Parts: sequence; C-alpha cells; structure tokens
Amino acid sequence: MEMAVKLASIFFTMILVDNYVLAKFLGICPFLGVSKKLDSAVGMSLAVTFVMVMATAATWPIYTFVLSPAEAAGTSRDLGYLQTIVFILIIAILVQLLENFLKKFVPALYKALGVYLPLITTNCTILGVTILNLDNGYNFVESIVCAAGAGIGFLVAMVLFSGVRRRVEQAVTPKCFEGLPITLVAAAVTSLSFMGFGGIVDAIFKV
Amino acid sequence: MSNNSKLKILTNGFLNENPVLRLVLGTCPTLAVTSMASNGIGMGLAATFVLICSNIVISALRKIIPDQVRIPCYITVIAGFVSVVQMLVKAYVPDLDKALGVYLPLIVVNCIILGRAEMFASKNGVVDSALDGLGMGIGFTITLVIMGSIREIFGAGTWMSGLGSLIPALGADFAIQVIPESIDPFTIMTSAPGGFFVFGILMAGATWLTSRPKKSAKTEEAVEGGNA
Repeated sequence: MEMAVKLASIFFTMILVDNYVLAKFLGICPFLGVSKKLDSAVGMSLAVTFVMVMATAATWPIYTFVLSPAEAAGTSRDLGYLQTIVFILIIAILVQLLENFLKKFVPALYKALGVYLPLITTNCTILGVTILNLDNGYNFVESIVCAAGAGIGFLVAMVLFSGVRRRVEQAVTPKCFEGLPITLVAAAVTSLSFMGFGGIVDAIFKV
Repeated sequence: MSNNSKLKILTNGFLNENPVLRLVLGTCPTLAVTSMASNGIGMGLAATFVLICSNIVISALRKIIPDQVRIPCYITVIAGFVSVVQMLVKAYVPDLDKALGVYLPLIVVNCIILGRAEMFASKNGVVDSALDGLGMGIGFTITLVIMGSIREIFGAGTWMSGLGSLIPALGADFAIQVIPESIDPFTIMTSAPGGFFVFGILMAGATWLTSRPKKSAKTEEAVEGGNA
C-alpha cells in the first residue's frame, strides 16, 4: 500500500508539479515546434511517452548493473562517467529499432508516429528523464512510473498549449512579436497557471 | 579567403544569426539556467567549449564520415566532449555543477551544437568551423547573460550573485545589490513563467533590431520598458 501511494505521488508530481515542459524547461523545441495542431501534438507526445518508458527500462539496468554496480563504487571499475555517452547512444539505437519494428509489425502506429520518431533522439526530455531518475535514486519500478508520468505530463502540456496557441494566432500583435515571441509570452501564462498546482500532490498523498 | 570574411563568420553568431534569438536553437538550457546571470556565464562557457571542439573534430572528419551515419557520429563526438566538460566542472567548479544540474549533460542534445555540426562544420574547413563555433558560443553566452541579468535583477534584486564560485578571488558570497533590499523582489521572474516571458520579449527585441537597424537605441528602451 505504501508503495502504491509513493508511486502515485511520483506519477502525479511529474504531471502537475514538476511538469517537464512548463516547470523544468525540458523539451521546449518540440513544445514550440509541434504544438500548432492538436493531432500532431498528441502524436508527438505519445511517441515521446513510449520512447521515454522504453529508454528508462533500458538505461536503468545498464547503469545499475553494468556501468556503476554497487560493489564497484569508488574503484576504477566504476564507469559512471560514461553515463552521458552510453545513454545517448542507447536512446539513438532504441529509436531506430523502434522505428524499424513499428514499420514492420504495427504499420498503423508507425503511420501515426512515424514522422516524430527520428526527432525524438535529440529531445532533451528523454535523456533528461533517464539521468534524473538515477540522480533521484529511484528503483526500477519508480523509474518506470516517473518516466510514464513525465510523458503524460508532456502530453497534457502539449494539448493544453495547442488550444492556447490557436487563439493566440488569431490575435493582432505588434509586428516584432509575431510568431514565436508572442507564443512564448502565452507559454509564460500557461506555465503560471501550472504553478497553482504547487503542493497539491503533497497535500493529497500526505508525503 | 580574406580576413574580412573570417571576421564575418565570427560575428555572424552575435546578432544576425544569434543561435537562441534568431535561429531558435537550444531553448531548453536558455530558459532553465538563466535564473541567475552567473549560471548563464558558466553554461555559455561550457557550451562554447563543446561547440568549438566538436566543430573542429567534425570538420576535420567530414570527408571520412559516411553520409548515412553522420548524425550518430556527430552525437558520439559531441557526447565525448560533453563528458570532458562534465568531469572538468565537477572537479574544479563543484558549485556550478550543482547549479546547472542535469542541464550540463543535456548539452549533448542541445540543438545548437548538432545544428552547427550539420549546417556549418560538415561543409567548411577546420579554421572556419572553429571560428563559427567561437562566434556561436559567444552569441549564446551573451544571450544567456542578458537574460540571466534581467531575470536576476528583477527577480532577486541582485546581479552576478554566485560569480564567486567561478572566480574564487571574488569570495563566496559576492553579489551586486541593484534594487535595494527594502523593495520586495518580483520573484516570479526567477521562476518558470518569468523565463518564458523574458525570452519572448528578448526575441521580439532581436527581431526588431535586425529588421530596422537604424532605430537600435529605441529598441533597447522598449526591451527594458517591457520588463518593468
């Protein structure tokens, strides 16, 4: 029971309080680039969530058992410094594998996510979530839940913002504010509204 | 190639092709680390180092790397240099390592570096690529410092606090008090919404500056006024 409460609190914290896009500034490029239309926003977020969970499932065991096992701490066997290089390669390979796999076996999903998959390698949320999970000392299950929460949080931010953006694009703005600058100001307001969730998860789960 | 065009490559990154404000690359670290001006300097220097080194190596290897696998090759080179920076910062400036946190390893996926590798270093010689890396790096650093300064002055009332961890001679609690402590700081500027807001205003300012260069002095005022 205690475990379930902890997992739930991690999940909802990632969506509402520590939202990667609006509170931690990860994945701003796809947030600004793909949030113009609702369906592409949803497609991109689902692809990101999927890769995030897969990447966490792959990198956590590799870091914990191969790169930096507990018995090697402090010795020359500790390869923790290779984290960045190894993780980015794992993510790149994973994305490529996933693309080939979906193309062959789940063509419908491939058609829906296809365009977004190659972009995901350089999406900082993926590398960010794998590194932050280890920094926070989460175990395997907690890491997976955290990754899923981060992905859903990304989805929520993208969907909400694509709605905001549709209204903003119709507004009359000063010439130098046209396009991205006014979008960023709108993002500031969206992010401000998410600050209202601060403390809500702690209050619900009493952690 | 004349000296003039070399200078042009170098200064291109300052305003006309400023990586953050004009090309809109590397937005994540720009927003995340600029709650203090000194973090901007640290992040800017780290990214500049990686940019110059990766540009040099990629441009030197541009005829060897096969076209089909160039992106994985670039990322491996970049990740190598990022690991170098990470270890250097951890060893010599541990406070900066704490302040930048996860954004230091995330330089790997900073689109400025991969973008310049793909757009410039893979097509130009070693010297030009190094200059391009330096120019882009300086443009990135300047933008980070300007943004960090605006957010820090309005959000905390101080300027350059934390610079002591970069330059030990200044002492650990070095800070310039800009707005007197009796006035409550506008703390929203240092949190997430302030970041988006200042970034939007600065980007509008840069658009204005590049589209009508004669009225540059007036634009500066507008940027300041927009934040007040």
